[in-house]
Amino acid sequence: MADQFTHTNADIDVHAMGEMHEHPTWKQYKWVALILTLITVGEVWLYYIPSFVASAAFVPVLLILSAAKFAIVVLFYMHLKYDHKIFRGLFTGPLIIAMATLVSLLFLFGHLSIGS
Amino acid sequence: MATAVATHAHPPTSTGLDHRKIAIWAFIGSECMLFASLISTYLIYKGRSVVGPFPHEACDPPKCATHLHAILNIPVTSVSTFVLLMSSLAMVLALAAVENRGKPGYEGIMGSSKLWLLVTAILGTTFLGFQAYEFTSFVHEGLTIRTNLFGSSFFTLTGFHGAHVTAGVLWLVTLLAIDMKRGLGPKDAILVDISALYWHFVDVVWIAIFTLVYLIH
Amino acid sequence: MATAAVSPAYAHAGASEKSGVWSWLTTVDHKRIGALYLYTALAWFAIGGTEALIMRIQLQGPNGHVVSADTFNQLFTMHGTTMIFLVVMPLSAAFFNFLIPLQIGARDVAFPRLNAFSYWVYLFGSLFMNSSWLLGMAPNGGWFGYAPLTTMAYAPGLNIDFWMLGLQILGISSLAAAFNFITTIINMRAPGMNLMRMPMFTWMAFVVQFLLVLAFPVITIALVFLQFDRFFGTNFYTMTAGADPLLWQHLFWIFGHPEVYILILPAFGLVSEILPTFSSKPIFGYPVMVYSGILIAFLGFGVWAHHMFAVGMGPIADSVFSVTTMLIAIPTGVKIFNWIFTMWGGNLRFTVAMKFAISLVALFTIGGISGVMHASPPADLQQTDTYFIVAHFHYVLVAGSLMGLWGGIYYYFPKITGRKLSESIGNWHFWLTFIGVNLTFMPMHWSGLYGMPRRIYTYDAGQGWHIFNLMSSIGAYIQAVGVIIGFWNLFRSRKNGEIAGDDPWGAPTLEWSIPSPPPEYNFAVIPTVTSRYPLWDVKSPQLTAEVPHSKHGDERNDVQVGGKHVAAFHDHLSAGTPEGGINPNAKQASTKVPLKTAEQLGIPMPFPTIKPLFVALFMTFMFGSLILIHKDKTDLAITGVLVFAAAMTASLYLWLTSPLEPNHT
Repeated sequence: MADQFTHTNADIDVHAMGEMHEHPTWKQYKWVALILTLITVGEVWLYYIPSFVASAAFVPVLLILSAAKFAIVVLFYMHLKYDHKIFRGLFTGPLIIAMATLVSLLFLFGHLSIGS
Repeated sequence: MATAVATHAHPPTSTGLDHRKIAIWAFIGSECMLFASLISTYLIYKGRSVVGPFPHEACDPPKCATHLHAILNIPVTSVSTFVLLMSSLAMVLALAAVENRGKPGYEGIMGSSKLWLLVTAILGTTFLGFQAYEFTSFVHEGLTIRTNLFGSSFFTLTGFHGAHVTAGVLWLVTLLAIDMKRGLGPKDAILVDISALYWHFVDVVWIAIFTLVYLIH
Repeated sequence: MATAAVSPAYAHAGASEKSGVWSWLTTVDHKRIGALYLYTALAWFAIGGTEALIMRIQLQGPNGHVVSADTFNQLFTMHGTTMIFLVVMPLSAAFFNFLIPLQIGARDVAFPRLNAFSYWVYLFGSLFMNSSWLLGMAPNGGWFGYAPLTTMAYAPGLNIDFWMLGLQILGISSLAAAFNFITTIINMRAPGMNLMRMPMFTWMAFVVQFLLVLAFPVITIALVFLQFDRFFGTNFYTMTAGADPLLWQHLFWIFGHPEVYILILPAFGLVSEILPTFSSKPIFGYPVMVYSGILIAFLGFGVWAHHMFAVGMGPIADSVFSVTTMLIAIPTGVKIFNWIFTMWGGNLRFTVAMKFAISLVALFTIGGISGVMHASPPADLQQTDTYFIVAHFHYVLVAGSLMGLWGGIYYYFPKITGRKLSESIGNWHFWLTFIGVNLTFMPMHWSGLYGMPRRIYTYDAGQGWHIFNLMSSIGAYIQAVGVIIGFWNLFRSRKNGEIAGDDPWGAPTLEWSIPSPPPEYNFAVIPTVTSRYPLWDVKSPQLTAEVPHSKHGDERNDVQVGGKHVAAFHDHLSAGTPEGGINPNAKQASTKVPLKTAEQLGIPMPFPTIKPLFVALFMTFMFGSLILIHKDKTDLAITGVLVFAAAMTASLYLWLTSPLEPNHT
């Protein structure tokens, strides 16, 4: 008689019967892993190119690559792309506030500045 | 009795979602602020240490008593980063195995949640091993948590992350024990699901740390 | 069922096993945990108030020397810390616990045992922090404990250790509770209780949980840095190592400003329940009230540095934080006006709860306006660290939060205990508090503008501060008398108050549809909700006929509200089930008809359990062991941490592996 939506006992099947969202299959997961690996290899490679490290593009490019990895893991491995929108809100809201706080702090401590 | 009870069983949740999954996402949102505070502090104190060793620059006399080379070991950390990424792959495979127990395509190795939970835990432990190696070699090279601002903020940030990985490994081992004892089926997917969310979050935090602490200078 | 006949309103079969100390130690019932929070917080309120009184005796006239400078430091630190973390937050938590499930039509919170854990952590953490008084080493660094002043170099005693470890423990309590309530509100609303039908208190509570979840990790990290500095010799706050003296300040206020809204929004929520009931009008501008609450919370994360104008952050930072701070006045002002418009033209009933609520609206506005004054950096530079600031935040926290919480206590006491508080004693309580609060805090504006600094332990004659300090002290004594009368009212009314019935005030929301006090399962039948004012739809349709989002308003406007649910709802009403649903004649009925137990109704209830208490206890000891490091017993400290960490983990495993409730399969 396990109610499909109950929450309490470990042996109640919630996931199987809830608003079923199609998670990716293991084949897709492997592709995701491959992309993540390639980006990581790319990041480390860039780190060893002195001329690129000296250029203005170094920091932004690395930040973008790492943001891409971040997003891929969150969207595919954490299923945020497929799951309920509440989860998206619970994660992105705090994430935005956290990043805004981090950037503000860097401005306030003079690590970032406007117009230089 | 069973029927009488059933009529008054718990009402459906408002969203149809499991309580624990909502709670773990709220927890992860909270952890965003925790790691943002740690990373902010590391970045604020970057370049402000008055004595070496430094992360990316060598330190020579007179600033330092002896020559100290840049301390971060990028090749080793790249490998440990890769290990942690692969542990995330093993984790999703464990979840998929539990969710799809008995379905076509999940026979044999792909359906072995025990194997993938074990692999995840082993990879997590390997990551911790790399971190232990890194910490001890830093100490041998003269960087402790007391040495300078870099040491304090670096060890605290990566140590907090390591503590999260440790908790995750304990969690995985617990799940593995349950799986060995009675087997995890689709009904238990939520248990694996929430631990997987935690595990992946710890992974994405490392993605940020790897770039912000190790690569950018 | 024999017991049912004896104790009328809330009899359970087997009542004997439901009372006694053990039942309280093991309870996982959100209503009992709410009551525990309430009474514990009131006990700390008495202690924090006594601390304030001693300070007011000292400052009553020039050159007072009742206590030493060091004791004075401990008094103001513990007064602030106690009132914020051990009184106002837990009083709010008492209402979160008690009301959220009742207001959304749920039988408990999402994680009942985690809820018990939150309370025990709060209790043990507060006891730990205050145990420092026994050693004569109470925290003395101010409630915001600015590092580097709180590092070992400047504060070598155990005082700060107690403070930072205590706060760390209390933070865990707040975080655990916040995850619980977020899940509860998202996931346990009764059918039809969509977000825009939730009572305003639940809405504000919902917003506050997000503030907690986002603000507490930051103070956690700031405290971890301080602990590492003090215990392990790290350099986060060591200036000679190149550390920045502003790091703590920034991290603290990133937490500290949202904390201000954590303290005030629950009171706003309570007032938004009280005013409509006693004005017999729906709240004015419900959606705007919701949005302004969310906006206050969101903006609250972008204003922290206005606490730091005096440190010289430069014109750009000052301007940005000044503007964002002034922006918050807009949603806050919206709330004030909406409360006034709620009362406008209403059929006002001046009960004690209503008086407290109205005085929040009036007096909070004063605190809000002085807040806008020091949102301007040039003005703030004159006012910062003076009694003007003390006046400001006491208008916000005492005349605002506490007035609202007292209003909430008068309003909800009948639901909690089944009996009303005495209105005549309550009037004395209210008027003495009202006069006392204003007499205490209004003159502080002047002593501040005349230059009296915060936190001085005594002052010389002839500086023009004497008369204002005397007024403040007299005001404080009057407040104390008021509070004692209030406590007396609570004490006597628990047993001797007028029997309340289900709905003593004619209120519109779900919690008033069930008996007072509610049975352990709250709702025998989970109600189906079709409007924001379910009880008014039934009892006084004229109140909501003109209002959208009420059943009648929706029908008038041909809004589809889930057709058959309405019928189901009203069928249930006409049945007049005494054990649950909405019963129009409840006032007479509920005292006569014995309530059925959860067992009789076949509702699975969580088992009582002692395990959360043990986890909380071991966790407190684990943190507390660190203190021994400064007693030069590092080995013992490390052993203690490891042993208690192991004990905590073991209890946690026992907790997680034991079933929550009887298996209903």
